[in-house]
Amino acid sequence: MTRHIKNGIYPLIGIAVIVIVWQIYTQAFDISRIVLPSPTDILWASVANWKTLLRESWPTFFESVLGFGLAIVIGIPFAVCVATSRVLNLTLYPILIATQSIPKVAVAPIILVWFGLGMESKLVIAFLVAFFPIVVDTAAGMRATPPGLLELARSLRATALQVFVKVQFPAALPFIFAGSKVAVTLAVIGAVIGEFIGAHEGLGNLLLAANSQLDGPLAWAALVWLSALGIALFAAIALIERVVMPWSEAGHH
Amino acid sequence: MNAHQEIRGQTNHSLPFGHFKNVSKCFSGPSGTPLVAIENVTFDVAAGSLVTLLGPSGCGKTTFLKIVGGLVPATSGIVQINGRDVIEPHEDFGVVFQQANLMPWRTILDNVLFPMEILHRRDSVAVRRAQELLASVGLEGFERSYPSQLSGGMQQRVALCRALIHRPKLLLMDEPFGALDELTRMEMQDLLLDIRAKTNATTIFVTHSISEAIYISDIVAVFSKRPARIVDLIPINLPYPRSAEIRYLHEFTELEHRAGRALGITR
Repeated sequence: MTRHIKNGIYPLIGIAVIVIVWQIYTQAFDISRIVLPSPTDILWASVANWKTLLRESWPTFFESVLGFGLAIVIGIPFAVCVATSRVLNLTLYPILIATQSIPKVAVAPIILVWFGLGMESKLVIAFLVAFFPIVVDTAAGMRATPPGLLELARSLRATALQVFVKVQFPAALPFIFAGSKVAVTLAVIGAVIGEFIGAHEGLGNLLLAANSQLDGPLAWAALVWLSALGIALFAAIALIERVVMPWSEAGHH
Repeated sequence: MNAHQEIRGQTNHSLPFGHFKNVSKCFSGPSGTPLVAIENVTFDVAAGSLVTLLGPSGCGKTTFLKIVGGLVPATSGIVQINGRDVIEPHEDFGVVFQQANLMPWRTILDNVLFPMEILHRRDSVAVRRAQELLASVGLEGFERSYPSQLSGGMQQRVALCRALIHRPKLLLMDEPFGALDELTRMEMQDLLLDIRAKTNATTIFVTHSISEAIYISDIVAVFSKRPARIVDLIPINLPYPRSAEIRYLHEFTELEHRAGRALGITR
């Protein structure tokens, strides 16, 4: 437990140093608030506008989580099919790579035309960016089943379904969680991209509005809240991982 | 040396438990040329006996064990267990591999019960048997631990329990103690002798350790280098129960010499 506290202190020290240097720099050189507000400016803007920030956080939160959820629900079965069927792998994997190479920012305006200015278009963009890491990591996990375990299952004449449920899928879980942690933070970025292209609400929308009104502190406050949202979602996945995979912790005690 | 040979006393059965005749295995080599891994292996295994396949590393004895287990098909020859041709794995077989192959996400108890789940026979009786097996290998109290919390020797004991949980008639062991240190290894050999006395499962055991082979076996089948052929079948007439002292008997040393000669190590 004390080890956890000690490990938690180091990043805090790092952040504290950056914030202090930043504060001193903005004050010593009298930097304009529009260009770079000081940490205290951002803090006051956060406190003064906390209701607005909280209200605008919800749409971004839902867009990210739903887009991520959709990527899980579609991405994992997709990856399982690609990893277990050679034909599907050859057919779909090149298409997946090709679509992935298209910048999502470039597709976003088209998606807004298709799905409108509401939440749906952001959800779709969040889904698109979260999909790839989940598929790639799940497929890698499915292929990384220890051969010894497969041979053991075969020696007991396990059916293909038993092998999948009892061996391959649990063995792939660490990979799936690794992909999910990347995907959930990407989903937040996807939602913000959507909001930048056109929206009535959300933290991305607020950030854009504050920026155009030259309200530097509020724009930065929105940025800080966005970052907090991403960290919170990442932490949530890490927590679920611990609950679902208690064995990964067991070895370290 | 390929003549039909009866092993460990003359059994009452007309047919031996394991019957292998002219078993050969070819692989296709890198340039398509056939590579002979096993050549005309012939021997019988009496019910309840322990036969060790002793040979240099990579000679094909593991492949032979997999053929017996139905995991790999033979190219030619007769492979029979209990009077039936082996064409695929059978639920009467239990396998222990060189690596423990435990599932890190399952507790020790659930790892032992894995075969029962696959065979749809996991019930309260099976759970009790798993607990008894774990207790018999000295792992009482570790039922709810995870494999990562156990040492290599302990993990291999769990693998042994898992192989025995469904009461197999044939136990196939592929260098199960090969990855363990010398002292743990000797402990495990005593444990195996102990378990054999209780379960009476016929066992085929692969090793490249001469003393291990002699210590635990009723008969040692010495394999040559690739292609694997049987160069000597050594009956081990050391008395049971066996304990570490017999390693220093004159007969034990004699048997080691004979195995060494068969392997071409000593003259």
